[in-house]
Amino acid sequence: MNNYEMMVIFTPVLSDEEFKAAQKRYTDLLAANGGELVHSNPWGLKSLAYPVEKKTTGIYWVIEYKAASDFNSKLNIQLHRDEQVLRHMYTALDKYAVEYNAKKRNGIPTGNQKTEA
Amino acid sequence: MAKNEIKYLTAIKTDKPRKKYCRFKKYGIRYIDYKDVEFLKKFVNDQGKILPRRLTGTSLKYQRKLSDAVKKARQMALLPYVTDLLK
Repeated sequence: MNNYEMMVIFTPVLSDEEFKAAQKRYTDLLAANGGELVHSNPWGLKSLAYPVEKKTTGIYWVIEYKAASDFNSKLNIQLHRDEQVLRHMYTALDKYAVEYNAKKRNGIPTGNQKTEA
Repeated sequence: MAKNEIKYLTAIKTDKPRKKYCRFKKYGIRYIDYKDVEFLKKFVNDQGKILPRRLTGTSLKYQRKLSDAVKKARQMALLPYVTDLLK
């Protein structure tokens, strides 16, 4: 079991229900493959820094999970098939990243703020 | 007046330039988050290019991680690849 984080950009035409359904689809897939959901964070509609597939906005979803190493390739296939997904990326998290994410979730300062001075 | 007295046309610089430091080492930041766009913007110029270590003072270890984070943010359309007047 490794720690991963995935960021997905869905098309902006999705309604709230469709967005929730899409989230559920992938969390179910995660559960079916023996993964464990750590945290799910839907950012919602956000403007993109540059157009992707001729769209200027996207619905962001960030999910942190634990899964076996062969799960990501299965997930990859599903995400590539999905027409609602503009772009996705998963990142393997090291122990510092896990610590950072936990701190950020609980509202503890992560150290990045200090450098603003 | 002594002949070998040295005269300067402009005042000599007395204050030394401030020493650069790696802010990741100084503040103990171990993980650079690609999702934190405002933080990453401190390490890119107006065109969205990554600033060199020479200017920011970042250590090599964290410069590598930083460039990975900026590139990830670019891929996910959080930061632009090319632009003008980013800041």
